[in-house]
Amino acid sequence: MTGKYEAVIGLEVHVELKTNAKAFCGCELSFGALPNSHVCPGCLGMPGAIPVLNRELVEYAIKTGLALNCQIAGYCRFDRKNYFYPDLPTNYQISQLDLPIASAGYLEIENEGVKKKIGINRVHMEEDAGKLVHQGSIMTTPYSLVDLNRAGTPLLEIVSEPDIRSPREASMYMEKLRSILLFLGVSDCKMEEGSLRCDANISVRPRGRERLGTRTEIKNLNSFRSLERAVEYEIKRQIEVLEDGGELVQETRTWDEDRQVTLSMRSKEEAEDYRYFPDPDLPPVIIDREWIERVRETLPELPDQARERLITEHNLSSYDANLLTMSKEVLDFFDACVAEYNEPKLIANWVMGELSRLLNQNNMEIKDCRITPSSLADMLKLLEQGTISGKIAKVVFEEMFNTGDAPEKIVKDRGLIQISDESAIKAIVDEVIAGNPKVVEDFKNGKGKALGFLVGQVMKASKGKANPEVVNRLLKEELSRP
Amino acid sequence: MNLYQLTVYKAAEMLARREITAQEVLESISRRIDLVENKIKAFITLTLDQAEKKAGDLDGRNEITGLAGIPCGVQDNLCTRGVTTTCASKMLEGFIPPYDATAVGRLKAAGAVMVGKLNMDEFGIGGSTEKSGFHSTNNPWDPTRVAGGSSGGAAAAVAAGEVYYALASDTGGSLRQSAAYCGVVGMRPTYGRVSRYGLVAVASSMDQVGLVARNVTDCALVLNVICGYDDLDSNSLEAEVPDYRNYLGHSLKGMRIGFPREYLQNDVDGPVREAVKKALLKYEELGAVVEETSLPHSKYALPVFRLLASAEASSNLARFDGVRYGHRDEEAGDIAEMMSSSRGRGLGPEVKRNILLGTYVLSKEHYDAYYLRAMKVRRLIKEDFDRAFEKYDLLVAPTTVAVAFSHGERNEDLSGMLTVPASLAGIPAMSIPGGMVDGLPVGLQLMGPALAEGTLLRAAYAFEQATDYHLRTPVLEV
Repeated sequence: MTGKYEAVIGLEVHVELKTNAKAFCGCELSFGALPNSHVCPGCLGMPGAIPVLNRELVEYAIKTGLALNCQIAGYCRFDRKNYFYPDLPTNYQISQLDLPIASAGYLEIENEGVKKKIGINRVHMEEDAGKLVHQGSIMTTPYSLVDLNRAGTPLLEIVSEPDIRSPREASMYMEKLRSILLFLGVSDCKMEEGSLRCDANISVRPRGRERLGTRTEIKNLNSFRSLERAVEYEIKRQIEVLEDGGELVQETRTWDEDRQVTLSMRSKEEAEDYRYFPDPDLPPVIIDREWIERVRETLPELPDQARERLITEHNLSSYDANLLTMSKEVLDFFDACVAEYNEPKLIANWVMGELSRLLNQNNMEIKDCRITPSSLADMLKLLEQGTISGKIAKVVFEEMFNTGDAPEKIVKDRGLIQISDESAIKAIVDEVIAGNPKVVEDFKNGKGKALGFLVGQVMKASKGKANPEVVNRLLKEELSRP
Repeated sequence: MNLYQLTVYKAAEMLARREITAQEVLESISRRIDLVENKIKAFITLTLDQAEKKAGDLDGRNEITGLAGIPCGVQDNLCTRGVTTTCASKMLEGFIPPYDATAVGRLKAAGAVMVGKLNMDEFGIGGSTEKSGFHSTNNPWDPTRVAGGSSGGAAAAVAAGEVYYALASDTGGSLRQSAAYCGVVGMRPTYGRVSRYGLVAVASSMDQVGLVARNVTDCALVLNVICGYDDLDSNSLEAEVPDYRNYLGHSLKGMRIGFPREYLQNDVDGPVREAVKKALLKYEELGAVVEETSLPHSKYALPVFRLLASAEASSNLARFDGVRYGHRDEEAGDIAEMMSSSRGRGLGPEVKRNILLGTYVLSKEHYDAYYLRAMKVRRLIKEDFDRAFEKYDLLVAPTTVAVAFSHGERNEDLSGMLTVPASLAGIPAMSIPGGMVDGLPVGLQLMGPALAEGTLLRAAYAFEQATDYHLRTPVLEV
């Protein structure tokens, strides 16, 4: 797509943290609660109220910094970013300008088998604003209502280095970042609900040139898909401008989801001066070695480590391991199932195959699913014991998914037990042979396909319950009789 | 003698012994207010009805102790639950906070009876209380003169006998300068010693809650109640609070007092200088070792203060936008117009001037030259104090360069010159009656290292006991 051009992409990601309270007051976090029900003088910006730092925010930030291989600052500070907007109660946002809590890290992505490190420039703490509720479009609304439930929700801004080179890499970076944050348990990371938000900085330059081209910043990327498409579109747009002999302007653009294009919002000249300065209400945060080490000890297994474990301990392919470690819930499900039934490869196939098919079909997540790791293990045991056939297993599994019943119960209630009893199968075999003289003749004349037909007839007659191995063996025996 | 003339400690004693009732005390104050408030105009809001109810409740209790039953005033930039808190700004006219400032809450818990909210320069910006959005306050010693500012209402009310003491704030010297002009005691404690929660911020890094009282003992009693850690203020200090009364009545023998020569130079009016020199001699008499010293960077304090205070104010005052509370222009067409015209009409010219200056100071282009540079000089000013306090227990200087000026006579640009250094350094400082010039009070400023409020009180008390300035009261009766 890019031909003689190379794209240079950096992502700025905002993550809403699910701490015990807001960043600078004691209010609970909320999503979808009654408007302005989770507020206090602090997050309402009432006169005389003072922010007090929630230390859990710092813990979460350290955790995230460590997971992203960052340096954690021993001394960091909060700054005020001043701008007027009705959803910002104090008309300044508490953020971090030049002394962020973490910097100089990286995360690793794997694109078609090639690993690549994407640098993390910085991670900083800040607070979210509230929300404006318009009556219809913002352009025509007669008035807007202010909901400050979200005001003061803690955020991390994670800024990557401009190390990303393609739309695919951009979405892989986001996916990896998301899975790390989910494994850490610091955020729900729901792009559609806004707990994970992303802006992309994009420029293009002729391949081989060092100097960066003029960059644009793309906002309003609300899903992985729109991220990938917007980046792709913007790269193409920039190349076209350059190819037409035009000049790019440094500007902020927004992704128009309906029209699938990026549109100019404001140029660099129109950019606001935020008049940052150290927030005098908040003393600097001192983070000693001890604190960092204490947090490090609480770090859970991260996606890369889990992936490594699946490959070395369970002999899974790197493809399987990647898929299983995209989400913490999926990995936990897999691990719990393996603990009960030590057939990792088989379990991996079921989790990524049938289970994920059914989840997608029903638009569900694994945590909402009625199949438990134990019930899957139980079903696989039935399969191993020959109680059910592989074909029946899929039927049982779907029933488990729909009803939440135990596999034994489903098998029993619906009479799905595999018939392995030779005399019972023999009777059906004899019947089928007797009823299909023409096919038997074909087989004897060397038409191999005829056997398959006969097996199918036996299975059909047994309603799928006959043990296919036994059917095969008995048929061959009978047909080889002179 | 009328009850309103009693000291806090004397009134407290009599209340405790049931020789008088809280209602009688309040009645006396109430009559005094009736008599002189027209002349002084110290209050923005009177809360005598609530005060009466509280006094009645207290009289019904089994015992009355401490500050219980003693009427006080509160500067109108300290939030009072259920009582309008305006910061003397049209912007907040009618604003009723649903919470008490921590210091107010502590006083209430101790049984203090609040009789009203006191006038000030709008949002604390100004030095004469002439910049109040409502009216100016007159100096009880000479009503044609200002009461100082921005705590003019607090100092005038205390001096005129309308309250026993007043909770006030001090950013660049507000309550010290006003106390000096009105001949009363003003105490600005160490930054963080009293919680700032509920004090409407103007310059957060310097704003400090303090008090104005009629004498040093009263000051110690109130300090005992309002000081202490508060988890609602991130800059609140965790150090234990001593009983400040224990610092009173000790000899000054061996106390080392420095007087910074920069604070006694030509900017200071001759008679004020003479009065302060006399006060220094008094300290020598009392056994202290008095020496000249130097705080070389203090001469930059005023511009540094102006830059930093306006920068912080421009951000702190941004929340007054008409969206959630306060004045709103209902006629405005859209949100941007609503915000700017609400602010345009709600805020006074002096406040706007500060916001403009602060916005300029913080702009990307000028940040390094002004804000950052001022921060560096602020550190130098503080280091001067640190060095001085290695040698001296406290520093003594005039509080102001002159006595109270007449209304409209001059802009108060120089009035904070001698008080802002302590504000920038975050150290405790107080002003006590230190002499009289032409029938007007002169303030003597004592400054000590962080958390040395006790030392200041000890030195202030000794001086007070050896002089009679604090006993003089303005004659207001017709």
